[in-house]
Amino acid sequence: MAERPEDLNLPNAVITRIIKEALPDGVNVSKEARRAISQAASVFVLYATSCANNFAMKAKRKTLNAADVLAAMEEMEFERFLEPLREALEAAAVKHILYKKGQKGKKEVSEQKRKDKEKKTDSENDKSREEEEEEEEEEERMEEEPEAENDGEEEEVEN
Amino acid sequence: MSQNTPDKDDQSSTNKKAISLPISRVRLIMKSSPDVSCINQDALFLTTKATELFVQHLAVASFNNGPGKETNSLCYTDLANAAEETETFHFLTDILPKKIFARDYLQSLEQMQENDNDDDPDF
Repeated sequence: MAERPEDLNLPNAVITRIIKEALPDGVNVSKEARRAISQAASVFVLYATSCANNFAMKAKRKTLNAADVLAAMEEMEFERFLEPLREALEAAAVKHILYKKGQKGKKEVSEQKRKDKEKKTDSENDKSREEEEEEEEEEERMEEEPEAENDGEEEEVEN
Repeated sequence: MSQNTPDKDDQSSTNKKAISLPISRVRLIMKSSPDVSCINQDALFLTTKATELFVQHLAVASFNNGPGKETNSLCYTDLANAAEETETFHFLTDILPKKIFARDYLQSLEQMQENDNDDDPDF
């Protein structure tokens, strides 16, 4: 349990970095603003937890699961987070739970196949698979921008 | 081919890349909520990721709403305004109250006390 109230804060350095990465270069974020965002983030966690917990209780489960958290996001009207969250979860799952869970494996395998196909069509830019996986996070952000490669169109259609 | 690191290191480094906030801290905050008993790994991962997205979203929305674009800055008032004006941020109004001048506060306090005096003769 949290013994001191500071234990319920998120680390300032990380919060600051996330804010800076989100805003255009050179924006000055006041100390007070950073502190406020950090506190807001803690409250967000509590709010999301409480919403997710309601869904778990409705289903008479004691353990919060991924579906509860996603449902909570919808309830809180943060639908915009759903897609990136699903992508992040899949990316994480592909990386190290691939062989642990049979049921989820199917999804991931089909995802993997799709990626492999895309790579074949894109044989000119043949990076090693590992590099691409590491860069997935960045690619997710970049998908919004039009890509110079042929793949750009395909991806958008699929999404 | 991979020229690096044994599996253990590999796992922790991929974790770091996927999310940058500490999962243990997020779990601690979640567990501080009295009703919550167990949280599965995926739920914890998603909440952590969602918190990062939220921080980005709050910062960008406040910056775009506020006057900071010209001065290239983001200040507390922008956040307080966003909390009040944007519906999805309404839950933040309690911890991001709008600032008022002390003289205004004292004035409203005086007024309240005047009203209270009718009921409460001690004051």
